[in-house]
Amino acid sequence: MSDFTEFFSFTDANVRYVTIGSVLLASSSAVVGCFSLLRKRALVGDAVAHAVLPGVCLAFMLSGTKNPLILLLGAFITGWLSLVVIDVITSRSRIKEDTAIGLVLSVFFGIGILLLTSIQHSGNAAQSGLDKFLFGNAAALIGEDLIVFSVVALLLLVCTIVFYKELMLLCFDEAYAHTIGYPVRALELLLTTLTVFAVVVGIQAVGVVLMAAMLITPAAAARFWTENLRLMLVLAALMGAFSGMAGAFVSYTAPAMPTGPWIVLIISMIAITSFAFAPGKGWVSRMWKQRRNKSRVLEENLLKVMYQLGEPNQDYFTSRNITDIMERRQIPKRAISRGLNKLRREGYVQKDRQSWMLTRQGQTRGMRVVRLHRLWELYLTQFLELASDHVHEDAETIEHIITPELEQKLMQELEYPVLDPHNNRIP
Amino acid sequence: MNAFWIILTGSLVATCCSLLGCYLILRRMAMVGDAISHAVLPGIVIAFLVTGSRDSVPMLIGAGLLGVLTTFLIEFFHRVARVQSDAAIGVTFTWLFAIGIILISVFAGQIDLDQDCVLYGEIAYTPIDLWISEDGWILGPRAVWTVGTVTVLVILFICLSYKELYLTAFDAAYAASIGISTSLWYYLLMSAVSLTTVASFESVGAILVVAFLVAPPATAYLLTDNFKTMLVLSALLGILASAAGYYLAVWLDGSIAGAIATVTGIEFVLAFLFSPSRGIWMNRRKIVPAPIN
Repeated sequence: MSDFTEFFSFTDANVRYVTIGSVLLASSSAVVGCFSLLRKRALVGDAVAHAVLPGVCLAFMLSGTKNPLILLLGAFITGWLSLVVIDVITSRSRIKEDTAIGLVLSVFFGIGILLLTSIQHSGNAAQSGLDKFLFGNAAALIGEDLIVFSVVALLLLVCTIVFYKELMLLCFDEAYAHTIGYPVRALELLLTTLTVFAVVVGIQAVGVVLMAAMLITPAAAARFWTENLRLMLVLAALMGAFSGMAGAFVSYTAPAMPTGPWIVLIISMIAITSFAFAPGKGWVSRMWKQRRNKSRVLEENLLKVMYQLGEPNQDYFTSRNITDIMERRQIPKRAISRGLNKLRREGYVQKDRQSWMLTRQGQTRGMRVVRLHRLWELYLTQFLELASDHVHEDAETIEHIITPELEQKLMQELEYPVLDPHNNRIP
Repeated sequence: MNAFWIILTGSLVATCCSLLGCYLILRRMAMVGDAISHAVLPGIVIAFLVTGSRDSVPMLIGAGLLGVLTTFLIEFFHRVARVQSDAAIGVTFTWLFAIGIILISVFAGQIDLDQDCVLYGEIAYTPIDLWISEDGWILGPRAVWTVGTVTVLVILFICLSYKELYLTAFDAAYAASIGISTSLWYYLLMSAVSLTTVASFESVGAILVVAFLVAPPATAYLLTDNFKTMLVLSALLGILASAAGYYLAVWLDGSIAGAIATVTGIEFVLAFLFSPSRGIWMNRRKIVPAPIN
């Protein structure tokens, strides 16, 4: 606990640097990542991250210094170049995008490794620390780095706010953006530049491989919580910030722990939890919805069958056996008794020893389903001119979906009919 | 002699990776190969912790399992949780890689592994790590045997199930209609990729595996329309790159794996520009219109 208070009092300058740096980095790359995720180009971030290395090495070889600005410039140039190369390869040959990304990623990185090792073997003492770009080291962040991070984060934020509308259109409907005269190429260039910026800066904290996660994972997680882009950007940034802080905290309490991988581990856990439990789009919530629909369909089918059983003699409230139902419709026995029990709890049927009978409520609901079924059959034969023996299947599905408003509309269109195409009365 | 062993190891890795890579790029799954090659890290670490040695067989099993798990997870996120496919790949492999690095840090004292070894390997050391039998026979570098076995297995796999692999890659619907299980072959192919990745990683590192999986097949894809030719050509291109890369590395005094990856890139650029059928430089000359009189 004392670790906790000590950490969050931020008295230690080093803690301050690492935490603020991680938060800035994680949240700003999350924002950029949202756009590349929505453009279905999530993995280009991975390519840029790998392509940064040769630029750093070349900048060092040419300048002979480790001035961070020169190194960043080199990184920026090759990172940017890698995206251009991917673009050229996919547009000028039959190579697909995933292959182009993999190719650029591995070849650029290979060149980088070749140059890096060559520099290391040359015995130039000034080279130590270049591999910071390879594996990243968030724990070694210092004040100067923070200034760079803040500038980049601010730049990203301002660009996102200023060009919000344009970037949104680029992500969702590029063709439309083109038609109404937006400079699509320039916007693409802007987005590319922002991505490269985020990667070049972030890579020093988390390393080449994990940089991809900083872009993709928070965006993918946020995508599950909302349909609104503005909200998605904010959520992704918050998730990134939280994991940045948590990662810094873990490496503070256990100094042997690397910050970057912990940030990625935490944001991944957030993402996986979102995939599973996010309301609406999450896996669990979709499963639950599916189950509920299925059981509703089963219940309505049971009520329908019981209503139909009563139709010939107009004796809707007579007791029926499960076998009566099974004769009429192929539903597994177990499902029938499960459904009937549920219906009894809801007050649609009553149980009398081994037999079941509809209540008034149940009769009304069963009648409605039969009605919708027959109305829809009639509609299909009259308006779509389908043969009357082809419409049953379709009506089986739609009868559970039609709302009262639609029902009213159907009645109007069909002019309050009495008989369906099979000459059954529409109740 | 060292040069011979290194080039031989490189060529073996090149052969098995390029052959499998042909299927990957045609199935548009090049990045899945990249993901597997990174995501096997925790499997290697766990196998290492359990057995306490760098013995190849447990590592192959541990990492092979992780590779298959990676493909399962990607499929699961994509199909069941409906994450868009590129994001599913990105989330899965970075997550597993992060776990791997954390495991390495936790057990730092017990593991003789580090990140740079995982990323770009130590092919230069292969000739030193000899396999010496109990009678004292020197049987050559251990890596050659491991990678050689895997290469033979991969070639056998492709020869024996050429039809199934071919059909599931080119026309999954037709394959399914004649009773070939597409998901079975998908997972078999992915298991082969995992096995190859793991066998190669120790000697050449993840990055060269990705380079071999993608670059020679992509180059061959620009040079031919016949799939069998593409398989053979990509293996040859990979072998050529291994040899040329070795000498490039010696000349620049740098990483051999990095140099080989560089050469595969050069091969691709040459094919991209000068391929007789599809090179953009060749096409440009063809397009020049005849002068109008």
